[in-house]
Amino acid sequence: MTEQLTVVPASGPEPPPSVDMSTTLAGVRFPNPVFTASGCAAAGQELDQFFDVTLLGGVVTKSIMLAPRSGRPTPRMAETPSGMLNSIGLQGPGIDAFLEKDLAWLAAKKARAVVSIAGGSVDEFAKLAARLRGHQVAMIEVNISCPNVEDRGQVFACDPRASASVIQAVKRSAPSGVPVFAKLSPDVTDITAIARACVDAGADGLSVINTLLGMVIDTDTMRPALGGVTGGLSGPAIRPVAVRCVWQVRQALPDVPILGMGGIRSGLDALEFVLAGANAVSVGTTVFGDPTAPVRVLGELAHALAARGFARFEDAVGLAHRPPDLHVPEGPDPLGDEVTP
Amino acid sequence: MPLQVQGEVLSIRKVGAYNAMTVVAPGMAELTKPGHFVAVQVGGPESSMLLRRAFAIYDVKERGVYGGTVEFVFAVHGKGTAWLARRKPQDRIDLVGPLGKPFRLPASPVTATLVGGGYGSAPLLPLATALRERGCRVDFVLGAGSADRLFGQLDARRIAASTEITTDDGSMGRKGRVSDVLPALLDRTGSDVVYACGPMAMLRSVTDLAAERDIPCQVAVEESMACGIGVCMTCVLPVVGDDGQTRMLRSCVEGPVFLGDRVRWDDVGTVPPDVVGSLNAVGGGH
Repeated sequence: MTEQLTVVPASGPEPPPSVDMSTTLAGVRFPNPVFTASGCAAAGQELDQFFDVTLLGGVVTKSIMLAPRSGRPTPRMAETPSGMLNSIGLQGPGIDAFLEKDLAWLAAKKARAVVSIAGGSVDEFAKLAARLRGHQVAMIEVNISCPNVEDRGQVFACDPRASASVIQAVKRSAPSGVPVFAKLSPDVTDITAIARACVDAGADGLSVINTLLGMVIDTDTMRPALGGVTGGLSGPAIRPVAVRCVWQVRQALPDVPILGMGGIRSGLDALEFVLAGANAVSVGTTVFGDPTAPVRVLGELAHALAARGFARFEDAVGLAHRPPDLHVPEGPDPLGDEVTP
Repeated sequence: MPLQVQGEVLSIRKVGAYNAMTVVAPGMAELTKPGHFVAVQVGGPESSMLLRRAFAIYDVKERGVYGGTVEFVFAVHGKGTAWLARRKPQDRIDLVGPLGKPFRLPASPVTATLVGGGYGSAPLLPLATALRERGCRVDFVLGAGSADRLFGQLDARRIAASTEITTDDGSMGRKGRVSDVLPALLDRTGSDVVYACGPMAMLRSVTDLAAERDIPCQVAVEESMACGIGVCMTCVLPVVGDDGQTRMLRSCVEGPVFLGDRVRWDDVGTVPPDVVGSLNAVGGGH
């Protein structure tokens, strides 16, 4: 990979290059590493109007709770520089309707469903995991890190013991053979401590990261812009935080599968996560502005890997952690956007 | 089935305080019905503004020298719409549409009153044309803060049997609100249906005036949206369903057109305790 180092722009209509894009997460093989992100794709049906969702590695569904839930008051959204705040508050139909309509649709479609579950208690998480038995679920993502709850004490992912209790309970009741991923919050002093607690409790992998707790004040009304006062910050604004978290977790836990997310907008953004240690990525907030973004990112990632001489996606995972190169190539970095003098 | 189109701007014109933009969007015109909207990306592909701006579709042309076109009207409210207003012919913009549930049309020729506030008249004009094609009588009431914030009054006069104008400052038509002239109009024409689009406060008063007379009323709401396609859950409002239960419905996919008397206007911006799945539910939830 020396002479032909050129960055191919957006994938466009040409066929993807011959890179083996498959990835294996805790023993489950996915045809490619690009997933939707929980809360940014509903359960896939809306996006399927724009592209075939089976083209993705997986569809990560919006976090589901046991009972129907109406969420928080509006306004629920505020645009921020390169990002947005949301305070949806886990609005959803409840697990029964979800299994009957949403998961059934994904199963009929033969899409790989990654079901995100959210509970107000350890017991609710366990019951949700149990309800998934007998259904076609590729993976379970445990949302222990939603910031849109009334009580910060409910954010399990801020405390290693609370995180471990949830994961342990989910692992006990989840269908066997279905990997359980814990979704972590960046709003902690040491994300690796939470990551380790989850893995010790049985998590098969980690989703890194959920939104950051944020706030916007409307200077016209001179009050908080969101009905819920605070909200979760997402989008490219948080990408460096997310990449840092993936890096730290990969360093601390070299063998644990990581689903990386946080502000991915392009294939090169996705590649950053992969190089930092993500075995797969989720495309989230970008979907709101560009409903075809997940497939576009997949194409761009394949091109970016091919341009760097990779034949297999998995060879790029965690590569940024390699020891310093013995010899430094001369001249400007051909991959950089700008030439550093 | 909505389309995502990189459309070329055919024209952009100032209409009073507003901008009307026509974009070449092959295939979109054929799918569009009155009440549908488009979601427009702002700031270009590298923009720091991630969210789409939603605008009701004003006019469509299925064919022409340039192929099908879609026209929408917008006001400059912030950086995103300011960027949009600076577009020039031949610039490209990314449109998703047609989105939402359109107005439902009556099966028989009826008398219809259409009430537009500000540029909320934009989707009502193609609706008026569709109603006329079905043999309906159409009467318009258009209201705005001032004359420059009215839209489509000439179109309305051409299409409708009558058009009444109100402005808050009296700079055109009668000084006052649409609700000042609507009761007399409804009573005079014996209106069978009411359609409205505009600010929430206006939709609420139109709904009330229609309800007092047992006239069915369809309203197109303006809720702020992030995606426009039903995945983000930001544009919800409390709406009563056929089963009598209130749910927080997405105005982008379950709306933007709702039956006015099903919207719980008092509770917009809140999650009332009796909503399905309310966190504030008496004796339940957590």
